[in-house]
Amino acid sequence: MKTVPYIVQKEFRQIFRHRVMLPLIFLMPVIQLLVLAFAADYEVDNVKLHIVDLDHSQAARQLVGQFEASEHFILTGTSASGKVAMNQVQQGDADLYLELPPDFQRQLLREGNSQLQMAVDAINGVKAGLSSAYANAIIRDFNAAFRQNYGGGIAQPVALQIETANWFNPEQNYQTFMVPGILVILVTLVGMFLAGMNIVKEKEIGTIEQINVSPIRKHEFIIGKLLPFWIIALVELAIGLVVGKLVFHIPFVGSLWLIFGFAGLYLLVVLGFGLLISTVTETQQQAMFIAWFFLIIFILMSGLFTPIESMPPWAQDITRVNPVAYFVDVMRLVLLKGSDVWDIRQHIVVMGGYALAVNGLAVLNYRKVG
Amino acid sequence: MCLCVQKTRAKHLCEYVFERKQDYKIFKINPMGMNKKLAIFIRKEFYHILRDRRTLLILLGMPAVLVLLFGFAISNEIKNADIGLLDYAQNDQSQRLTQRLSASEYFTLALPLRSTQEIEEAFRTGSIKMAVVLPPEFGEETARGLPGSLQLIADGTDPNTATTLSNYASAIIGDFLREQAPLQQPPMAIQAEVRMLYNAGLKSVFMFVPGVMTVILMLVSAMMTSIAITREKEVGTMEVLLASPLPPALIVIGKVIPYILLALVNTAVILLLGTEVFGVPIRGNYALLWAECLLFVLTALSLGILISTRTDSQQVAMLFSLMVLMLPTIMLSGFIFPIESMPFPLQMVSNIIPAKWFIIILKDVMLKGGGMELVWQETLILLGMTVFFIALSVRSFNIRLA
Repeated sequence: MKTVPYIVQKEFRQIFRHRVMLPLIFLMPVIQLLVLAFAADYEVDNVKLHIVDLDHSQAARQLVGQFEASEHFILTGTSASGKVAMNQVQQGDADLYLELPPDFQRQLLREGNSQLQMAVDAINGVKAGLSSAYANAIIRDFNAAFRQNYGGGIAQPVALQIETANWFNPEQNYQTFMVPGILVILVTLVGMFLAGMNIVKEKEIGTIEQINVSPIRKHEFIIGKLLPFWIIALVELAIGLVVGKLVFHIPFVGSLWLIFGFAGLYLLVVLGFGLLISTVTETQQQAMFIAWFFLIIFILMSGLFTPIESMPPWAQDITRVNPVAYFVDVMRLVLLKGSDVWDIRQHIVVMGGYALAVNGLAVLNYRKVG
Repeated sequence: MCLCVQKTRAKHLCEYVFERKQDYKIFKINPMGMNKKLAIFIRKEFYHILRDRRTLLILLGMPAVLVLLFGFAISNEIKNADIGLLDYAQNDQSQRLTQRLSASEYFTLALPLRSTQEIEEAFRTGSIKMAVVLPPEFGEETARGLPGSLQLIADGTDPNTATTLSNYASAIIGDFLREQAPLQQPPMAIQAEVRMLYNAGLKSVFMFVPGVMTVILMLVSAMMTSIAITREKEVGTMEVLLASPLPPALIVIGKVIPYILLALVNTAVILLLGTEVFGVPIRGNYALLWAECLLFVLTALSLGILISTRTDSQQVAMLFSLMVLMLPTIMLSGFIFPIESMPFPLQMVSNIIPAKWFIIILKDVMLKGGGMELVWQETLILLGMTVFFIALSVRSFNIRLA
């Protein structure tokens, strides 16, 4: 085991010899975290609204005024025909348009109800659903206010009051939710790509033969190769957590020791994957593509961007063998809800088993003598 | 077995060297036209790509896997969310409401709770997403005509899921009450007739097909080329190529043409899967659609070439294209997250990302059925970017190495 520190020293020298590597490894993740956390925002705001008012009555103006006052909508134009409005939607200058018919107010006062048309650009289904829900809420408010002003005090029906509360994130801050997950991605990128490609590079250039004829033992070589990336990834996680605390005010409810402990375990799995990939590939390009392929599936199926509950049962089964899903879950549980070791015991057991299996397979697959 | 692996590796190496020598000889001895030389060069590049079965399999399989995943597995609709119920009332009404909630496709009753403390524990182990608290007198006040109350506690760590879940629950509870005490339609109300344009079913795959296409084209054209060219530099074979009578520009063109073809094959696969399996329409002109795809492939290629002129290490090229090309293409292009919701500086940044413009073009042509009159601005922007990147790489292309 005495040789391990020498190999680690050699690796660190090699990694940081490239002047580009140092900023790429440490600065880029910070930038990525800042950009991604601000970009990964599912809140729907600034919906571009277009209004076709054919009535010009007081009620119509009142309704339009309420839409203008809403924080969700921006009025980008008005016109006198539905055709123009449709054109605006097609050009992307409007996301949603309302058409108020000519006898809007008369109908409302005389018949007691009135129709209006709402058309939504639904290419982005989530956005369309939320913006029509916002519009409906405004119309409901308008109805209630209008009834009170003109309805002559029609009694409100007896209602059940539903109180809703959001625990752990009462301000509904989306970044609080996303930042812990994004940290997982950054750490995984470093572990899987760099470690996997590093060994393949020795193969590709041919220097692995030199190591193979040296008295370095197989396990010493593997430990010496993986340890530097294990350290780099943990340092990166620490930097990421500091940025998360300072910039995004992520509440660290649970124990940081638990986070780092689990991260150390998780990195064993990730590095094991990188090692496994490096044993079955010959070139860095191959290694990169295989790593990228699995990584993108892991990330998509991790519950980071879309909730796991929305997946069909077979897809939920896939997430059970996805290490990224476990770490994303642990980050959110511990950082945001303060779960302790006992709460996440299942995650720890699965990840430990995973680490043993992946590394065992990789070591079996790796042969010093080709 | 190990011996065997080594043998094949040695064989590959020999073939490789032999092939290079062959190329060299042909160029040297036969005074052929440039076109023929280029054709031979391209053939060599094809051999390189085809020989690497694993990468090829992934390059051809990845688009299919991604489209299928996005189409079948990834969605924002919430179904069968686990909820907990804290029922202090234990009466007829509360039982009926419980049944109603668990019968809906949105909720699965995970566990009955006995105290507020248990709610927090359940949240911390992640076993429920929402808790419904029914007060002791539940149902009795409303029966007597007084306003009653109940509490919905959502796990707010994921704000959108929390909002959606409490909206669903409120709607179901509202329906339930209306059936208990039927009321007339409230007078003086506007009814909104909602039309969902272009995507009546609100399917998320409509949104994802253009996005997946963009990511794959970027991957194949920009990332692959940048690595393929830096590989020649790193391994040292670039010197051999530059010493051949083929001008440097043709070397680069020869290297990228196979990737263009690969990218177009991927485009076809994604379009076919999208239309045949998921029913995504192509309402616009096919020729225009393909022309725009080709344009974007060129933009991506020029980016890949630019990266490869700036570095001679595959690792640097890969990390750089991953961080500077792929992640922004996924995050800042409007593929997954709407650009309008981003803070202003990021909206500005998104303008310099080619993928943003290409996704707009794809949506306009495929889903809105628009023609050139709708997308000419975006097309011009992509064209301008391509010219700019090529000019930049020509300037920094160095014929002498080291």
